[in-house]
This record gives sequence, structure tokens and C-alpha cells, in this order.
Amino acid sequence: MSVPVSGAARLEARFAALAMQNRAAFVTYIMGGDPDEETAQELLDGLPGAGADIIELGLPFTDPMADGPAIQAAALRALGAGIRTKDVLAMAAKFRQKDTQTPLIVMGYYNPIHHMGCEAFTEACVTAGVDGAIMVDLPPEEDTPLRSAFDGAGLALIRLATPTTDDQRLPTVVAGTSGFVYYISVAGVTGTAVPKADPVAKAVSRIRAASGLPVAVGFGVRTPEKAAQIAQNADGVVVGSAIVDAMASGGVKEALELTRTLGHAVHSAREEVIS
Amino acid sequence: MTSQTTQWPDTRGRFGDFGGRYVAETLMPLILELESAWDEARADPEFAAQMDGLLRDYVGRPSALYHAERLTEKFGGAKIWFKRDELNHTGSHKINNCLGQVLLAKRMGKTRIIAETGAGQHGVATATMAARFGLPCVVFMGATDIERQQPNVFRMKLLGAEVVPVTSGTGTLKDAMNEALRDWVTHVDETFYVIGTVAGPHPYPHMVREFQSVIGREARAQILDREGRLPDACVACIGGGSNAMGLFHAFVPDEDVRLIGVEAAGKGIETGQHAASLKGGAPGVLHGNRTYLLQDDDGQIIDAHSISAGLDYPGIGPEHAHLHDSGRAEYVSATDKEALEMFQLCTKLEGIIPALEPAHALARVADLARELGPDGLILMNMCGRGDKDVFAVAGHLGVEI
Repeated sequence: MSVPVSGAARLEARFAALAMQNRAAFVTYIMGGDPDEETAQELLDGLPGAGADIIELGLPFTDPMADGPAIQAAALRALGAGIRTKDVLAMAAKFRQKDTQTPLIVMGYYNPIHHMGCEAFTEACVTAGVDGAIMVDLPPEEDTPLRSAFDGAGLALIRLATPTTDDQRLPTVVAGTSGFVYYISVAGVTGTAVPKADPVAKAVSRIRAASGLPVAVGFGVRTPEKAAQIAQNADGVVVGSAIVDAMASGGVKEALELTRTLGHAVHSAREEVIS
Repeated sequence: MTSQTTQWPDTRGRFGDFGGRYVAETLMPLILELESAWDEARADPEFAAQMDGLLRDYVGRPSALYHAERLTEKFGGAKIWFKRDELNHTGSHKINNCLGQVLLAKRMGKTRIIAETGAGQHGVATATMAARFGLPCVVFMGATDIERQQPNVFRMKLLGAEVVPVTSGTGTLKDAMNEALRDWVTHVDETFYVIGTVAGPHPYPHMVREFQSVIGREARAQILDREGRLPDACVACIGGGSNAMGLFHAFVPDEDVRLIGVEAAGKGIETGQHAASLKGGAPGVLHGNRTYLLQDDDGQIIDAHSISAGLDYPGIGPEHAHLHDSGRAEYVSATDKEALEMFQLCTKLEGIIPALEPAHALARVADLARELGPDGLILMNMCGRGDKDVFAVAGHLGVEI
């Protein structure tokens, strides 16, 4: 058994191990503290057992302008339950006590981080065992303060590429990034339009070549069929809104059942799985 | 003497520590495309000529400068001048900016216009320009605001716009802006987002300021012509701050001219129910820019409150944040109650029904007039007319119409 790694290295190790098995990573998104801290913790802790290879834990924000109705509602439920950024980081810390292998990143909007301060947030992430972050409204032009702090701590600040990221833009997006690149497969908000496989596969190849990093695809992936299709080419498939919806309608049990189904679809998508 | 302030924003869209481009990556290429289209347009004499022609013949510029004689007498101090931007076509200063942005949209080959609106003045002005240029227009408006601004909602519909009620959050201006951003990110190829104030990601705060700065340029020349000197103070109300920036911009280098912005204090800043981002907020990042925001100790945005839908926003344009921190402009506030009083007073004494927004400015003009005394000169931007507010005001006064 090797020494447990953390931060960007934990992400890299997970992607490398999955690549060896010719499998895509199944990346699950849930909202921290939705509908309350205890229930969300139960779901979070159950995700690896249900097939999640990497976990994105949402930080609730009052004004989630890149999210569709499912995640908007989840953020409001969490905020309504009194959940704040520090509570989500506390959830991550509890998770990390039990699981040192599964990469965990937080995803949210910049203002709560700006308010806490980039250095303080980085320190809190390290303490909680969080490996990286996705900041939806923090493009490369504005992310230097957080990126510097993250780089210093070995954490991954995941950049986003989108259908509007043309060849001129792509080098800016991938410069200085680590962990993986998140490809937003449709122009839109989370959990609404469904991505088309062919253009997504092309984009994945293009971004992988430009970044030298694994590429995970998200936004609009809701069904096992679609997840399997994307997993043919992508290094990772992200499902968020569908799991958040399942949690809202059927609680932890239904959310984990869906996770299992989707995880199976992602893991068996490629013809030759090397075990 | 030229102040540093006029040189902002820098190439990163910063006004000092404020501004920037905090948007989802999907929107970044669009923002950059907009920036280069804007840079080309403003260097093009043909674009300027087209603007000037429509500002004159369609908007009705220049707007008058008017000596508010009876209010001057009532307040018993400095001489009060109104810049009459409420006389513009569609009833407020908003059209100055919408004209510019819709012309730019045409120039960029965009085929669909979207906008957010609070009081509905920006929505009406955008719908008007979209009608004039034959473009489909979708306006996002908070459900709460739709309730209190019915006349403007109907006006937008008459103009052919689709008005989409926004129920997320508190159903006010910030939620409408979130929804407009969600729409823009979904319809990236054909859509031009007409932002109504000097906020949002760069280049919007710069672009909107430039389109609105016609107010101050005219007013500066007019008051020099009428009084032979510059005013002691320029006063304007502030929500996002477009009418104030429009008035202030030409006067920023005139360091003897005080620039005074009046935020909405709602039920009183001490009650927490207000919309005074500078007086009651802290720097943060929302809707594409770093600026002062109403927020809690976790950086969650706090809902604003104001009787005026146009000021009911938890942020402020980044250039105001900079003028505030640099000390070049002063920022004060007026309550709902004061605005209601001034609404009635101005109507009775001047025969001008002001919008509730500039009624806030007038409350501080009253104090300032006394402070400056009879030798003083005050220039206030009467940025909108109050026809849209008469039903809401009747409600507040307990009158059934």
C-alpha cells in the first residue's frame, strides 16, 4: 500500500488507476447540506460504495446563476437548513476520516470564497481533506488569487471548457490548470439540455490534447444510456442534477440507487474493461 | 486638472479594485467578442453619427435643464436645477443606454435581445428599441416587481416583448439578472444581453457609462451657459448607478464639484431592510463584477429592500465602488418614507411627478440646499418620471384608485 496522497495528486492517482482499467471515472455531484447536514452526510458517505469514483460537493450560494432548477432548489434547501460554507467543509472532513482514496472537490460560486479569503479557504480545504475546487464564475482571467493559493497547497483548481471555447480561447483555459478539465457539454445551465455524443467526443479529444489532462464531461447527463455513451470517450462523466432530484424525491436510498445504476453504466461502457 | 478617475477602467475592466469579468466560462468568449465590437463601434464615426441622430430625433435630446424655482424657495437655500431626463422618450434615462446597446447588437448581427428589469423602465426602453429595430425581445422581471409595476409590464407587452416572470429568490431585480444570465448562457449564438446599469462583467460598466454620459456632458454645458459656472454639487439616486454615473462622468475631473449619490435606505439602514450597498455592504463578487454587495458573514447575498423597484438591488456599479473608496464621490441615503414625501412635494410644487427613484435624490437635495445656502448651485438628475409609480404610491398612501 502506497502512502496516501492528497490534493491534485489524489485526483491524478484516481484517473491513472481508472485509465489502467480502461474505465471512465464516474463523478457524482451532490449539494452540501441538502436537505440538511445529517442526511447529506449519509448520502456523501454512501457514494463511493455506490460506484462514485470522484465526488463533487456543492457549496450552496444564494445566486446560482449557472444552475438549472434542480440545483437552485437544492442550494435553497441547504441554505434554509442553515448550511454555510464551513458546514460543507466540515462534511468533507468527516468523509475524509473514513475514506482516504476517493477524490473530493467542492464546487460553487466565488463570493463566499472571496469573503472568507483565498488563503483561508485554501487552508480550510487542506484541513478538511478537500482535493480541489470548481468555481463556476471564476474564469482564468480572474482566478489568480485562488490559483496561487491552491498551487501552493497542491490543490487542484479545475478549469471549465465549454462549447463556446474555441481554438483561440482553449490555451487560456488550460494554462496552469491541474487535476482534470471539466467540459461543460452544452451551452446552458446545469441539468437541462441533453448533450450530443459526437460533438462531445470531438471536444474531449481536443481538450485532452491541449491540456494533457483527463477530461470529465458534465451538464445534462441524466440517464445510464447517455452516461455510457459519454463514457466511451471521456475520461470522466459527471452526473449532478439527476442525483440531486432523486435525493429530493426519494431521499438517500433513491439517490444511491440511481448512483449505482449510473455507475454501472459508466464502468461497463467500454468494450474491453481490463480488470 | 484631470483626475485619474476618468481613465478607468483599465484593460482588465477594473476601476481600481472593482469590476472585472467574473462570468461562467461559457460566457467568456461572448464577453470578449462584445468588448472588441464595442471598441470598434466607439471608434467609428458612423456609429456615433447614428447614435446622435437617434438621440436627437427619437429620444428627444438634449433634455432640458430646468430651474426648480418653487422647490428652491421651499428648501430655502441653494438654487436647484433639474436635468430633465424624465422627458426622454419612454420616460427615463434608460433609453440612452438601450439605444446604444441595441445599435451595437444590430452591428454585431445579433438577432435576439434579452434584458432584466426592476422598475420596468429599462425593460420598457429595451423593448422600445427592439421594436424600433425589429428584433424579438425577452425581458426577465421579478414576480414581485411585476406586481408593483403593472403599467410598465403592459407597456412592454404592447411593444411586442415577452415578459418572463422570475420567481426564484425574492423575485426582484437580482433574480431577474440571474435568470437573464441563465438565458444568455443557453442562447449564446444569437442573443445580445442588454444590461440596464453600470454593472455586470466588463465591458458593460464602461459601455453603459459611455452611453449615459451624454447626461452630464449636456448638463455641464447647459449650466455653464445658464449660470456661468459649474454647480457646487451633482446629485443622483443610485441603484446600480447608471443615471448617477451618466451625470457624474463629465464632472469627475472638476474636483470642486461634489458628486453625491443617494442610495435607498428602505425602512432605515439600521433595520437591515435597505438597498444601500455602499453604506451597508462589503466588497464581493456577483453578476460578473467585484463591487460592494449586501451579504452575510458567509458571503451569501442578502435581499435588498426599497419602495422603489429600480433601486431594489443588493449591489452597485463597480465605478461607484471605486469613487466611494477613492473619496471622489460621496454616498448618502434616503428612506422609503422620505422618497414618498418628496414624490408628493415635487408633484405639488413643480408639477413634475418624479419617479420614486429620483425622489430619493431629492430628499438629500433638500438638506444640501440648506447646507450650501443661497449662493449654492445644485444639479440633480431627474432621471425618470413617476407615472409608473402612481398606483404603487396610491397603495402606500392608502388611496384606492
